[in-house]
Amino acid sequence: MKEYRTINEISGPLVFAEIDEPIGYDEIVEIETPSGEVKRGQVLESTSEFVAIQVFEGTEGIDRNCTVRFLGETMKMDVTEDLLGRVLDGSGRPIDGGPDIVPDERRDIVGAALNPHAREYPAEFIQTGVSAIDGMNTLVRGQKLPLFSGSGLPHNELALQIARQATVPEEDEEGEDSEFAVVFAAMGITAEEANDFINDFERTGALERSVVFMNLADDPSVERTVTPRLALTTAEYLAFEKGYHMLVILTDMTNYCEALREIGAAREEVPGRRGYPGYMYTDLAQLYERAGRIQGQEGSITQIPILTMPGDDDTHPIPDLTGYITEGQIYVDRDLDSKGIEPPINVLPSLSRLMDEGIGEGLTREDHKGVSDQLYAAYAEGEDLRSLVNIVGREALDERDNRYLDLADRFEREFIQQGYKTDRTIEDTLNVAWELLSMLPKEELHRIDEEDIESYYLEEEAAEVAAD
Amino acid sequence: MSQATATEDVREDGMITGVSGPVVKASGLEARMNDVVYVGEEGLMGEVIEIEGDETTIQVYEETSGVQPGEPVENTGNPLTVDLGPGMLDSIYDGVQRPLDVLEAIMGSFLDRGVDAPGIDLDATWEFTPAVEEGDEVGPGDIVGTVPETESIDHKVMVPPDYEGGVVEEANSGEFTVDEPVVVLDSGEEVAMRQEWPVRRARPTVDKHSPDRPLVTGQRIQDGLFPIAKGGTAAIPGPFGSGKTVTQQSLAKFADADIVVYIGCGERGNEMTEVIEDFPELPDPQTGNPLMARTCLIANTSNMPVAARESCVYTGITIAEYYRDMGYDVALMADSTSRWAEAMREISSRLEEMPGEEGYPAYLSARLSQFYERAGLFTLLNGEEGSISVVGAVSPPGGDFSEPVTQNTLRIVKTFWALDADLAERRHFPAINWDESYSLYRGQLDPWFVENVADDWPELRQWAIDVLDEESELQEIVQLVGKDALPEDQQLTLEVSRFIREAWLQQNALHDVDRYCPPEKTYEILQAIKAYNDEAFAALDGGAPVDEIRAADAPPRLNRIGTTEDYESFVEELIDDMTEELRGLY
Repeated sequence: MKEYRTINEISGPLVFAEIDEPIGYDEIVEIETPSGEVKRGQVLESTSEFVAIQVFEGTEGIDRNCTVRFLGETMKMDVTEDLLGRVLDGSGRPIDGGPDIVPDERRDIVGAALNPHAREYPAEFIQTGVSAIDGMNTLVRGQKLPLFSGSGLPHNELALQIARQATVPEEDEEGEDSEFAVVFAAMGITAEEANDFINDFERTGALERSVVFMNLADDPSVERTVTPRLALTTAEYLAFEKGYHMLVILTDMTNYCEALREIGAAREEVPGRRGYPGYMYTDLAQLYERAGRIQGQEGSITQIPILTMPGDDDTHPIPDLTGYITEGQIYVDRDLDSKGIEPPINVLPSLSRLMDEGIGEGLTREDHKGVSDQLYAAYAEGEDLRSLVNIVGREALDERDNRYLDLADRFEREFIQQGYKTDRTIEDTLNVAWELLSMLPKEELHRIDEEDIESYYLEEEAAEVAAD
Repeated sequence: MSQATATEDVREDGMITGVSGPVVKASGLEARMNDVVYVGEEGLMGEVIEIEGDETTIQVYEETSGVQPGEPVENTGNPLTVDLGPGMLDSIYDGVQRPLDVLEAIMGSFLDRGVDAPGIDLDATWEFTPAVEEGDEVGPGDIVGTVPETESIDHKVMVPPDYEGGVVEEANSGEFTVDEPVVVLDSGEEVAMRQEWPVRRARPTVDKHSPDRPLVTGQRIQDGLFPIAKGGTAAIPGPFGSGKTVTQQSLAKFADADIVVYIGCGERGNEMTEVIEDFPELPDPQTGNPLMARTCLIANTSNMPVAARESCVYTGITIAEYYRDMGYDVALMADSTSRWAEAMREISSRLEEMPGEEGYPAYLSARLSQFYERAGLFTLLNGEEGSISVVGAVSPPGGDFSEPVTQNTLRIVKTFWALDADLAERRHFPAINWDESYSLYRGQLDPWFVENVADDWPELRQWAIDVLDEESELQEIVQLVGKDALPEDQQLTLEVSRFIREAWLQQNALHDVDRYCPPEKTYEILQAIKAYNDEAFAALDGGAPVDEIRAADAPPRLNRIGTTEDYESFVEELIDDMTEELRGLY
């Protein structure tokens, strides 16, 4: 082990030390302070004369007399199936008072890229029990679908509801266990939020099949850059070695990106948009792309990253770059939240790119695609009319327009609104959808196949509306 | 990456002096700009991008974790080249032309590093049939024989452009590997099926001219309103979720090109997997053979090394040029050029170059135009014609088209398909905004459409554009006063334009019939809407109230033409029904 006492500069989260033998890029470093405290870091730049080290636990208390030890290896995560049920800190050390972890394997946390040729295209419908997701933005196994939220919105309740309810319905019938194992990585969230998650996991018994990583708001921010990598390395091991179907919840990606920016600024890099580093897209992709399925392998990784959009602005670099990498996004909406809609999902800007492969006959139901497209178009039209009503009043609209307005209202109150405790099957969701669509005359439903209209259109509903 | 000759000519070794992400500095290396080098003990592939005194800067195409100063750097003395020869179709490569299926066989599901593999299989044999005889004189670019590469494509073996040429002394037919000489010239030059070419240099041609045939895309809004020519350039910018990739994939599936080169540059892994899974299943609408038989895929997903993302567009366009040289019409899709530009930005910032706009390097615009200029309709060295059409997706941050990549691209390309998040939210797909998009090829291509589809194609299109324009003006008024406050004829215009939008512009990429619409059908649907328009206005003039015209039963069937396979009789019957019903109103 190489040991030095040659620190010559400390700046923000970075430490620069002189060296006389080569040190590998990305290698792990231990810095021991005079008081005996050991901090871990990673080599960010390596030259023949000096190295730049990023210290995970913060540089507080480090002086020029500290000992720097180079461990000769890149950062590894100790993985084992016994991690299920454990709570770890943001650097992967147990904090639940349980026994030490006896690793089966030590894995590099910078996961290698999955060969696109080895991937299997995700097409297994996950029933989350949330109509706005299942009906309109279906999630499939191996997808990465983020929640785009804002400060003060109930994204955590929604994430918990998904973690609690997510199943793959067909496998139930075969008697197979189709529940997900959960890896939960908290980055810079408050202790209170973290407790909500842990308590809910404990109450529902989900903790037994979860691995929790906790980097809280008062933990060192630089540590946040490794927490999701530790979490995903664990998930990859459980999925592709042990055959689990993993659901990985990463919250809050905004804090992760802030940490990236902090390091970039300390290194005096040329900043990209809004001061975030130019390589943020690549960096985020290296996390998000670790979701997926592999041909011939049992397990899968489904990711639900959560991010709070600064100022609810989805053109901000964090949601923007995320949206370009992930396979869709779910918007948690402030207006719907203030209307009391639970969960307040705005389906219009939301999207699931992998939906089309996971739905339809034999997967969900043959009318699913048409119903979803028709509801989208109808709700969008209703939304447009609302702004018009504000100006001209409802009386100025013709009957067709009035129906669309009613439909938009009922869509929010009956379809989206369901509460955090209700678990709707896909059948339930589509049946609610048909109650709404039957408010419209059949000719308006041109995105739905005629046979499906025959099978599912509710004549009584239509008659009722016509009578009004 | 071409490696057969690359390792023979190893020059002076150097030593690593510094590592920072994908950028490595070395000393003692005698190298030229853009030489390919092997870095470190593991031999990671890299390219020289800066030379300053004794210090050489290298961008490395693989992950550099654990690489140490002091490790050796080995120079190949050659620039980044690709292997060109039979076997490229039906293949999927990474950004430096390593076949991903071979890599999977060597290192499993995850991409390890330090593994190299030739771009085309050096051991496979191909059936070569000479097209020349002893005594024939051949020059650079001339076709000396053919190889059946896939069921759709005959691979033409050419005299490499950098040969002198001469008289054929020997022309062999039979099974050969790609490196065995199949034709020998009196100059002593031997022609094999495999060529190498440096990716950053355009393959030579004689001349470039204005294109006059459309690249028929099978998409109504593209063929009907904003056509692209064979040999043309187009950009598809749009915010996330607006359908760039679906549009690109539809083009790759249905465009009537002979060869498609699809570059997934810094995009999602699952999207490439979808292409790999779908294309062998889907039939080419022109030949009926699997689409993969005419497709070469290049996948550098967003989590693969950033430097290889920078090189993947060059790898792609060089392969495209090679097939063009055989006289084929090649279409190249690059999804997304923004990721390519960002890779340039990332490397540039690691080199601490002075940044231009938004941190992009000052040479961004030059690189973009060099790339798009490799498209065109060309007279080839052998006198034939061949074309490359380039369609680049652009991913502007925040959907803001004023950013540098979009703006620099728009200065070059002649077709602009602007994707619109608002349309996508309404599930109006393809979400191409008809107000913002344009095509400068319309005039050039009209003669083709008039000759091959319908005499009044330009007039009918202009009618559709006029109605859509009028609609957007009327919508502004409707937003203020409501639809019922408009005069009856304007209400009817809105009804007609609604059919243009819903029955004609919208197209369901997932529907078995609707996903491909031949130009004749594109014309027929619009013609049917025009027929409705004429009858409806006649009814209005004849005194029928607009509400009754709107309530007619037959016209909504216009929306079903797209999804109807046997559309001709359907349209005929529909026009009769509409006419009868509307004439009955007055």
